[in-house]
Amino acid sequence: MASYEFQMPSLGADMDAGTLVSWSVKPGDAVKRGQVVAVVETQKGAIDVEIWQDGIVEKLVVEPGAKVPVGALLATVAVNSEAAAPAAPAPQKPAAAVPPAIAPAPAPPARAKVSPAARKLAEELGVDVSTLVPGAADGVISRADVERAAKGAKPPPKAADWHAQMRAAIAAAMSRSKREIPHYYLATDIDVTKVSDWLAAENLKRSVTERLLPAVSYMKAVALALREVPELNGFWSDGAFKPSAAVHLGMAIAMRGGGLVAPAIHDAETKSLDQLMADLRDLITRVRGGRLRSSEMSDPTVTLTSLGDLGVDGVFGVIYPPQVAIVGLGKVGERPRVEGGAVVVRKVVTATLAADHRASDGHRGGLFLAALDKLLQEPEKLR
Amino acid sequence: MNARTRDELRVAIFDVLAAIAPEADPSAIAPDKPLRDQLDIDSFDFLNVIVRLHETLGIDIPESDYGELATLDRALDYLARRCSAG
Repeated sequence: MASYEFQMPSLGADMDAGTLVSWSVKPGDAVKRGQVVAVVETQKGAIDVEIWQDGIVEKLVVEPGAKVPVGALLATVAVNSEAAAPAAPAPQKPAAAVPPAIAPAPAPPARAKVSPAARKLAEELGVDVSTLVPGAADGVISRADVERAAKGAKPPPKAADWHAQMRAAIAAAMSRSKREIPHYYLATDIDVTKVSDWLAAENLKRSVTERLLPAVSYMKAVALALREVPELNGFWSDGAFKPSAAVHLGMAIAMRGGGLVAPAIHDAETKSLDQLMADLRDLITRVRGGRLRSSEMSDPTVTLTSLGDLGVDGVFGVIYPPQVAIVGLGKVGERPRVEGGAVVVRKVVTATLAADHRASDGHRGGLFLAALDKLLQEPEKLR
Repeated sequence: MNARTRDELRVAIFDVLAAIAPEADPSAIAPDKPLRDQLDIDSFDFLNVIVRLHETLGIDIPESDYGELATLDRALDYLARRCSAG
């Protein structure tokens, strides 16, 4: 049996240390690749941290409440040496390739709900529930959260701090992007009448809870089109482009009260529309009420930003370093189009691409938008 | 399905909106102005509104009727109609 070192991950370009809030495993427990084993409080909020190795927990090195640098040993895990796989998103030290500078999602206090038992306990212990962040993914403040706060664990930031920190994180990432990345921008209008009609017919067959949002068809089409132009999907690091085989689609999600995050939906190109819808629902729900996972924060390979059905016609995005492209979708609206010499009314969306000119050229970017257009003309094949 | 009074429906809608946009003040909603604009509700949260109304009132609102929920007044008219239709 070999020993695997579980380290403090980097959850953003400006993170150099994190505070271990709690362990969800103990020595002797079996852990599986991808399992959430700890909660880490960063400057920007609490994040569920996953482990990327199967094995048995040997020793928890760091106690809850301790603040340790990125890369510090948190725990050792006994692994079958033959089965030992390379740690997938290996923890990156600040000196190594720069991880994406994306603001993780702290739970905004304005949205937190409090269980009646927790509220009662908070009154007894003199804890201000408005300062608490829910510990569980359901976004509800529990007795455990109140107890943790009462024990003097570092209180999560209040709303004002939280907004200031999120703005600072966005400012840092976007300033770096505009300083370092030579963006080029492309736009094209895509006739989405077919995919809109297909979705309407599909949703007619479905119950309320199973309905698909148009976003999932676009997500799938974007992921598939990236396969055809792989130089838009991956990272720019150490002066070179490193393509990614899988499309981990960062979804720009607005938070209530301002700010945004862009966590990843993993392997989007391989997922069904139903799976993408389930993943999107899970992601947005956790962004707005619960907590994100470390891998979602650290490994989107490209970002999709959609300003929604009430928004603007088009969006020219700012790339999240070290990604090399951001795809934008405006609102779908009826517009006049000329077909066969006649003016007809069609549902149209303006699709845009902002891409890193170090990694790709406008010609290739144009091929991506053309591939996206083509895929959206055959919505029944996007399933 | 039971017929419901307009006041009961108003309470039901406010409960749903409070869950989606807890920072919003229901009394500040202009009943004849677009609801989604006033509460900053995106397409995802709007689908959640539809799902929660389905759970609360037991009515299945088809996509083609989403426009009927554009304002508070129109939503109350629509839901009253649907709930009394049996």
